[in-house]
Amino acid sequence: MNRRRPFLLFTLLAFGYAFLYIPIISLIVYSFNSSRLVTVWGGFSTRWYGELLHNNQILSAAWLSLRIATMNATFSIVLGTLAATTLVRFGRFRGRTLFSTMVSAPLVMPDVILGLASLLLFVTMEHLIGWPAERGFTTITLAHITFSAAYVTVVVQSRLSQFDTSLEEAAMDLGARPWKVFLLITLPIIAPSLLAGWLLAFTLSLDDLVIASFVSGPGATTLPMVVYSSVRLGVSPQINALATLIVTIVSLCIVLAGWLTRRKEMQRRHAPAIDPT
Amino acid sequence: MNPWSAINGSLHSAGKWLGDLLTGHQGRRLVIALPYLWLLVFFILPFVIVLKISLAEVLLARPPYSPLWQFLEDSTVQIQLHLENYRRLWEDPLYTIAYLKSLRIAGISALLCLLLGYPMAYAIARSRDSLRNLLLMLIILPFWTSFLIRVYAWIGILKSNGLLNNLLLYLRVIDHPLNLLHTDFAVYLGIVYSYLPFMVLPLYATLSRMDLTLLEAAADLGCRPWKAFLKVTLPLSLPGIMAGCMLVFIPAVGEFVIPDLLGGPDSLMIGKVLWTEFFSNRDWPAASAVAVVMLLLLVVPLTLFQRAQQKSEGETPR
Amino acid sequence: MTQPKSVKAPQEPWRDPAAKPFVHIEKVTKIFDTTYAVDGVTLDIYQGEFFCLLGGSGCGKSTLLRMLAGLEQPTSGRILIDDADMTRIPPYARPVNMMFQSYALFPHMTVEQNVAFGLKQQKLGKDEIRDRVADLLELVRMKSYARRKPEQLSGGQRQRVALIRSLARQPKLLLLDEPLAALDKKLREHTQFELVNIQERVGTTFIMVTHDQEEAMTVSTRIAVMEEGRIEQVGTPTSVYEYPASRHVAEFIGAVNSIEGRVVDQEGERLLIRSESLGCDLVMTHNQPLPEGTPVTVAVRPEKLLASEQAPAAGYNTVRGIITDFAYLGDVSIYLVRLPTGQQMRVQLTNLARLTETPLTWDQEVYLFWMPDSGVVFAS
Repeated sequence: MNRRRPFLLFTLLAFGYAFLYIPIISLIVYSFNSSRLVTVWGGFSTRWYGELLHNNQILSAAWLSLRIATMNATFSIVLGTLAATTLVRFGRFRGRTLFSTMVSAPLVMPDVILGLASLLLFVTMEHLIGWPAERGFTTITLAHITFSAAYVTVVVQSRLSQFDTSLEEAAMDLGARPWKVFLLITLPIIAPSLLAGWLLAFTLSLDDLVIASFVSGPGATTLPMVVYSSVRLGVSPQINALATLIVTIVSLCIVLAGWLTRRKEMQRRHAPAIDPT
Repeated sequence: MNPWSAINGSLHSAGKWLGDLLTGHQGRRLVIALPYLWLLVFFILPFVIVLKISLAEVLLARPPYSPLWQFLEDSTVQIQLHLENYRRLWEDPLYTIAYLKSLRIAGISALLCLLLGYPMAYAIARSRDSLRNLLLMLIILPFWTSFLIRVYAWIGILKSNGLLNNLLLYLRVIDHPLNLLHTDFAVYLGIVYSYLPFMVLPLYATLSRMDLTLLEAAADLGCRPWKAFLKVTLPLSLPGIMAGCMLVFIPAVGEFVIPDLLGGPDSLMIGKVLWTEFFSNRDWPAASAVAVVMLLLLVVPLTLFQRAQQKSEGETPR
Repeated sequence: MTQPKSVKAPQEPWRDPAAKPFVHIEKVTKIFDTTYAVDGVTLDIYQGEFFCLLGGSGCGKSTLLRMLAGLEQPTSGRILIDDADMTRIPPYARPVNMMFQSYALFPHMTVEQNVAFGLKQQKLGKDEIRDRVADLLELVRMKSYARRKPEQLSGGQRQRVALIRSLARQPKLLLLDEPLAALDKKLREHTQFELVNIQERVGTTFIMVTHDQEEAMTVSTRIAVMEEGRIEQVGTPTSVYEYPASRHVAEFIGAVNSIEGRVVDQEGERLLIRSESLGCDLVMTHNQPLPEGTPVTVAVRPEKLLASEQAPAAGYNTVRGIITDFAYLGDVSIYLVRLPTGQQMRVQLTNLARLTETPLTWDQEVYLFWMPDSGVVFAS
């Protein structure tokens, strides 16, 4: 490959990364600005973090969002794994095309449509059978599960389609009944993608504004909803502090995950030397 | 008998029964049925309801719309379909402009994402193994941080006394601050910024799966690198391009947050129209009608996306 | 089918009409969509045999094996193992274990855990499992690898672990699905002998699937040659090689010269055949009557041909040709001889003497001759 092109390519790559990260960096920098204004640097200060940690509205909204996200992620991986198993293992069955469409449509559907549709469903249900009487935690979680499961399905499906079924056959041949095969063989091997799916569903739920706004009710305000109402009025340094905290937590998690994976690699590589056969 | 072992034993047999149920022939039906039913109830049914309500009339009631059918006294059922909402969509230019604008903004944004994202994906796919994981992680990391907050970050950068303007003034590139916030430009910027990972990742997936020996064969047969790219790499990466474009275009059409925070009064997108109809005007039937027409407009892109998904379902990565 | 009259060997249970087969496959058929993967196969296998299913891709051998394991269900037919009807029994309830072609070692478990897996399902005690696993590892000299994961092992080592894992439960029947396919030639030969040793030591009945006929000949007590879902011939390596039941079997196992001809006369066991493609008369032994004029194919193996530069005395089974090509393989040399009629014959001669130059070379004229009983006759 000639020398010049990689240079151009990597410049573009660098520009792309700069584009992605400059806003994030600006958030972090200004979270430490003691002045409210972006134009003036009032000196280094952590006062916004202090205010943030005493802001009950944000804290209770964060707590609600975390609970919803956890519930959502857990149910989504169950639903998503079932859907992925269906698509990968069960070949052709009646209604497969419809199923496959339904599973992948939420991936791209605009939020506003999903939000409106979910709300109208809940209202109709309340009208017909009296439940859900109140909109809030439950309705948000249900709406989130529907679209999170679609993402989980994609992740698990990709792993399952690469899965070597002869491992399951061998386990059955050695005397394990099908449910034990699933618990002892299939599940441990696909566990990493289940974890990835869980994290994905968790993040999507934590981040959702539109759908939660539609299906929520009085008293149930999620973190994005609080952030949104703050930022509509302009720049709010507490939000910067919040942003910095989120970025820090996520980065630490990713670094930790990377470190754990690297350590596993090292262990593997330093195994005692293989004797020739 | 020890109660613990009794409990243990019964749990064991319950698990066995459940497991055999789930993996037997009947079990297969159960595994399919659970997600199927969920999706029918929580995904398909809502859309049917949206359609139904788009044909209703707005009322000051709970719920704030007229019922579709009513049972009258002499054993008759009266079905009322109000096409008022659709007529308004058709006649009021506000809606048409918003739809067309949304399509245009989403389309151009997808194109911009492609122009920026393809080289990035290509560079990552061709990079050294040791570097590649780091690069991928750097693409994904912004995705894990709040989308809303990252859009908010642009407010601080683009506003009149924001970062960008201050920098340009300081460097004496401009005399007075540029009006960047609350313009179409800001909306494009916001969409490309937020959706870039959605373009890079499927492209990367396709490009990394590509067999590099094909390029070697092309070179061996006398093809210059640029031509090899156009004739070999580009066509083979078409499924990834299609998936990436649809992953950006379709949700961008109905995008609300970005035009709301970064856009101006004349960058009205259809997502915002729907939101306003619902929250400000409390006109659920009108909002529903807007949603139905939006869905109709998206049928073709949705089908294209479906095709690309199914094609990639059949591929096994090497 | 011609069979040599031989002394009844006491070690060959299939010759004893009173012996009970250990595995009885009765008219088993398997249909996938509209394809007959296995078509009405009936087969008896006796205890202690090292039995091979031999055939090319798509002949149904693997499908038949999987039905024995319980991983596929026959569309029709019965399978009896040790007198018990196993047709509908699931794999985890059969006294049968299988060694998979890809080894199928559980990647998230150590070698020890892999081997112990089957024993754990049998709910044996921890100590007993530990001892059994240690013995098995000792059997294949893998004791020091107990704590390794499969990815840390070489191909040959994985194969050994897969073998002992499948033997751990002391199954009555062990099925092997092309177990040596992934090994290189030297290792394969070595492992073939090891497999036979282990089988004789452990005493389990082995049924192995392979497409390599040399491998089948090396390890088996008997071979079943399969083609298109059906069994073409069952017999010991000798009988299958020297007395193939059909042209396909003759051509599948080893190399063979196929000569077309027509029966002219028959005297007791000697057939007189005229061949246009050979340009000479053949006299072959055949113990079944064939009417005059029957078109036949005569199969003569390359190593059964004798070559000389002078014309032999007999007036039959002799052809003269030009050597068009030859390959020196060290132990033997293979010659391709073209006859005036255009037919090509393949001859294999052992290199008995160490010579710096081969005595026969390109474009040399040579006479080929064979004995009447060194070939097989098939009615076309």
